[in-house]
Amino acid sequence: MNLINVNDVTKHYMNGADCVAALQALSLKIEEGNFLGIMGPSGSGKSTLLSVLGGLSHPTSGRIEIDGIDVYSLSVEKLSDFRREYLGFIFQSHNLIPYLTALENVMLPLVVSKLTSAEKQRRASAILDRVGLLDRLRHLPQQLSGGEQERVAIARALVNQPPLLLADEPTGSLDSATSLQVMNLLSELHQEGQTIVMVTHNRDNQRWFDRTVVLRDGALAEDSDQRPGNLPKAM
Amino acid sequence: MRLEHIVMHNLRRRKGRAAFLLTGLLIGVATVVTLLSLTDALGRKAQHELENFGANIIITPHNEQLALNYGGINLGGVNLVAQEIAQESLSKIDDIPNRRNVAAIAPKVLGAVQLEGQSILLMGVDPEIEFGLKRWWSIDGRPVKEGHELVAGHEVAMRLGLKMGDTLVVQGETFTVVGLLGKTGSQDDQLLITSLPIAQALLGKPGLVSMVEIAALCHDCPVNDMVAQLQTVLPGVDVQAVQQVVKTRMHALDQFRLFAWGVAVTVVIIGALLVFVTMMGSISERTREIGIYRAIGYRRSHVLRLILMEAGIVSSLAGVLGYLVGAVATIVALPLLGSGEASWQWNPTLAAGAVIAAIIVGLLAALQPALRASRLDPSEALRAL
Repeated sequence: MNLINVNDVTKHYMNGADCVAALQALSLKIEEGNFLGIMGPSGSGKSTLLSVLGGLSHPTSGRIEIDGIDVYSLSVEKLSDFRREYLGFIFQSHNLIPYLTALENVMLPLVVSKLTSAEKQRRASAILDRVGLLDRLRHLPQQLSGGEQERVAIARALVNQPPLLLADEPTGSLDSATSLQVMNLLSELHQEGQTIVMVTHNRDNQRWFDRTVVLRDGALAEDSDQRPGNLPKAM
Repeated sequence: MRLEHIVMHNLRRRKGRAAFLLTGLLIGVATVVTLLSLTDALGRKAQHELENFGANIIITPHNEQLALNYGGINLGGVNLVAQEIAQESLSKIDDIPNRRNVAAIAPKVLGAVQLEGQSILLMGVDPEIEFGLKRWWSIDGRPVKEGHELVAGHEVAMRLGLKMGDTLVVQGETFTVVGLLGKTGSQDDQLLITSLPIAQALLGKPGLVSMVEIAALCHDCPVNDMVAQLQTVLPGVDVQAVQQVVKTRMHALDQFRLFAWGVAVTVVIIGALLVFVTMMGSISERTREIGIYRAIGYRRSHVLRLILMEAGIVSSLAGVLGYLVGAVATIVALPLLGSGEASWQWNPTLAAGAVIAAIIVGLLAALQPALRASRLDPSEALRAL
């Protein structure tokens, strides 16, 4: 069953007087439970696609459906609610709030929910335990290593139990050992049924994905399904 | 954890910016409070002085004719039969709407008596009120009390050769001179002053008064309104305001009040600009953070609340501290302004007003930056995606 349906999406940016086509008539279907890697050279439109999938950037044309919901037909406030309920974001630079502890950072998406304070804390603690940071609850981001910060960011993305996890270069600023830990964690989540869409420029990460799409100049250049029985296909 | 928790954390983290904002607003509130408190204290002092300065409303029996005297020169020919006012009618003064502005009612009866072949003007007064009202009277001795006592005006004392302790027989009754008025340069120099009931009996005018002087505290009331109110409750008399005294005093107060409000408005505008600029700076500094909030599903209204709560907390604190600083500044400034008698007074309206105004100014000034923050495009704000 398709969780995401990208239908003929185009995204144009204005760069001064120039119009830049970041995405060009892109269509893509992503099944529920997929671990999809988006790859491609710099400027190919990877992050733009993730931004459009995440309800953060309106496409110039085309349609994005997630779980049957036409994302960009939602009002601004409904779109915020949608992001909170359906999506978890993992950013390349962690993007943790520097003056909040690991626990508080993870609780951030729950702050505007109707859960009780005790329930918010219980959920955040549980997810931090899940990523192996139960002993770092009261630490501020600057007191954590890069890998630990990334795991806090993953915990924050998961705390609302979203159907879709969007990750933008989550290992981009990590050493290889820490990258491995993070990819292992994402893989575990995938094994548990989590749908993940991850942007990466690192070809080594491809082995974790069960499907990889490669973008060039905003268009789909390659789409390979690495699950057993599926062969890569050139576009 | 709630939104307030994030706000408090952010304020603690950005102590320098919060302190700058707090100080700026605090100075603004303190300045406004100081100026308004000074205006209030000086106004009360002016009221007090006005009371000491004497009457500013005079009630006389109704007269159809124009007065033919000026500066003590009487051209005669009219007013040969003086009319009087019933003393009991003066109780109606209590019924006027501006009764609280009446500081003193000084009735007096006047009449001529013969002494050593000369006609002398005898004035009966309520000693406590009259001598309290005319603080400028310099008395060698003491004011009269209820008995057969006299205070002699300077001119009368000179003519009759009166000294302290002398006795005088007036209309067959013996009086003791208990005080001699210093020279005033006014008609008061030609008076013999005794208590009202004694004079009324002596002059054959029981229950009657010749005129009434009223000291009205017109710091915050239009004296002309009071004149009209008095005229309504006392229809058979003439009521006149001593306009010059009142208007001069009110004008001075109004000028100061106008100045104070002018400075206050300027300071408030500067305070609002300070909040605006600081909050705009804060928003720019926190663009990425706001992008994170929006990306993880915070609504625009949540971001708006975050920024406005921050401004509200700082403004409330600035309002409370500003009022306290303003009160201390007023207490310190009053003696420096040579206003020794004026004093600071706890004014709950000003205190509440200062805090509420600080919050309103803070929130209004922060509204535009908050709206700007709430409208930030999350993907633009993050730039990571």
